[in-house]
Amino acid sequence: MIKVEEISKSFDGIEILKEISTVFDKGKTNLIIGQSGSGKTVLMKCLLGLLEVDRGNIYFDNEKFDKENISAVANLRKEVGTVFQGSALFDSMTVLENIIFPMKMFSNTTDEEMLIRAQEVINRVDLKDADNKYPSEISGGMKKRVAIARAIVLNPKYLFCDEPNSGLDPKTAIIIDKLIQEITIEYNITTVINTHDMNSVMEIGDKIIFLVQGEKVWEGNNKQILKTNNKLVNDFVYSSELLRKVGKLGG
Amino acid sequence: MIKYTFTKFTKWNVLKKLIVQEIDDLIIGSIWIVAFMSFLVGGVVAIQTALNIESPFLPGNLIGFATRQSVILEFAPTLISIIMAGKVGSFITSSIGTMRVTEQIDALEVMGVNSFNYLIFPKIISLMLYPFLITLAMFLGILGGYVASVYAGFSTSFDFIQGIQLDFKVFHVIYAYIKTTLFAFILATIPSYHGFFMKGGALEVGKASNISFVWTSIVIIIINFVVTQLLLA
Repeated sequence: MIKVEEISKSFDGIEILKEISTVFDKGKTNLIIGQSGSGKTVLMKCLLGLLEVDRGNIYFDNEKFDKENISAVANLRKEVGTVFQGSALFDSMTVLENIIFPMKMFSNTTDEEMLIRAQEVINRVDLKDADNKYPSEISGGMKKRVAIARAIVLNPKYLFCDEPNSGLDPKTAIIIDKLIQEITIEYNITTVINTHDMNSVMEIGDKIIFLVQGEKVWEGNNKQILKTNNKLVNDFVYSSELLRKVGKLGG
Repeated sequence: MIKYTFTKFTKWNVLKKLIVQEIDDLIIGSIWIVAFMSFLVGGVVAIQTALNIESPFLPGNLIGFATRQSVILEFAPTLISIIMAGKVGSFITSSIGTMRVTEQIDALEVMGVNSFNYLIFPKIISLMLYPFLITLAMFLGILGGYVASVYAGFSTSFDFIQGIQLDFKVFHVIYAYIKTTLFAFILATIPSYHGFFMKGGALEVGKASNISFVWTSIVIIIINFVVTQLLLA
């Protein structure tokens, strides 16, 4: 569980996040949604500790995230898996080397044990015949699978995904969404996903927070989002013709 | 940046592979360009010297002497370093900059890896072998001068070799290596800085490489001036 308590963040005097408070539940896919520029990525970077908040607190399982406490932060980092928007695979490493990398850096297991564990996660994300290929030689969907495999290889307690299905075709996007949801339940982890994709919202939105210009304006799940009276949420949800028609048909 | 580069070290078995990789990219990968340029520029220095001192009153060994001094004192350490600012410096800035743009550095950070140490430290260590390249440049520069002046008929082999040995001061070589070591540090750090702290996309990676080359060259020239004043003046 991750608890966020009134966090704010500004850049050059412009407030990007405005006193956001919420709880991201364990064993659920928690979605941060909103238009481009609403502050989703900044919020995620604050959660990841890549940006320092101006005010407010973040708690990982009731333990306060304090950047000054270097050893606590270092320990926490090992419990966090991250899937970046562009996958962020290391270009100079093969798929297998990318997946093994976190183990090489932080575990004391033997090479053989690392290979066994890597093979486990490769099978879990259904990645076939790509072990010795470089990131530039595989498709976007495969890159996401590699990124997910790398993120879960150390059995993290928290999984962060920044727009995990951007740049993917709708079918692959749903497969990746489902994979993340399955892994969340299977590993019983707290997953936080940044997205503006309504397919993801409807498919895997166990918990959703909706941001508008850095402010949390709504919180709920994928069933409630279709029925809410919040105008801002409705404008966002029914921005596409397809969803407007689905909405008129009563969901 | 320098402070963080030398703290929270990456595991040694990971680091040693990175160092070997960097030696291959930065040092071994530069041997041919350094060899090619040194040999030809050494030849040009000898020819230019010969053409500008056509006087029966000047000793025949002057071409060898002038070539040796030019190559050891300035050409090999300084000019090659400026060329390397273009070759190695741009490579460092663009590779780190691309990692920044594609969030690979963020990925390292969220994993808890000290990205400064992981990315910059191996480059600094591998460039400590840079004096090896400069030694090669010195040797091939003088050899180029010998070949050009002897085979073009500007000097005899005996005169040229006597010129190389004439009034040889070991301190001049030490001075060259002191400069080289400082330049190696500059070649590793300034381009890394420009790559690490760049913002934007692919276009900005190109701009960062460009700016990094300019600044690395400027700093090399300034350091060259200061060190020469301190050690030779």
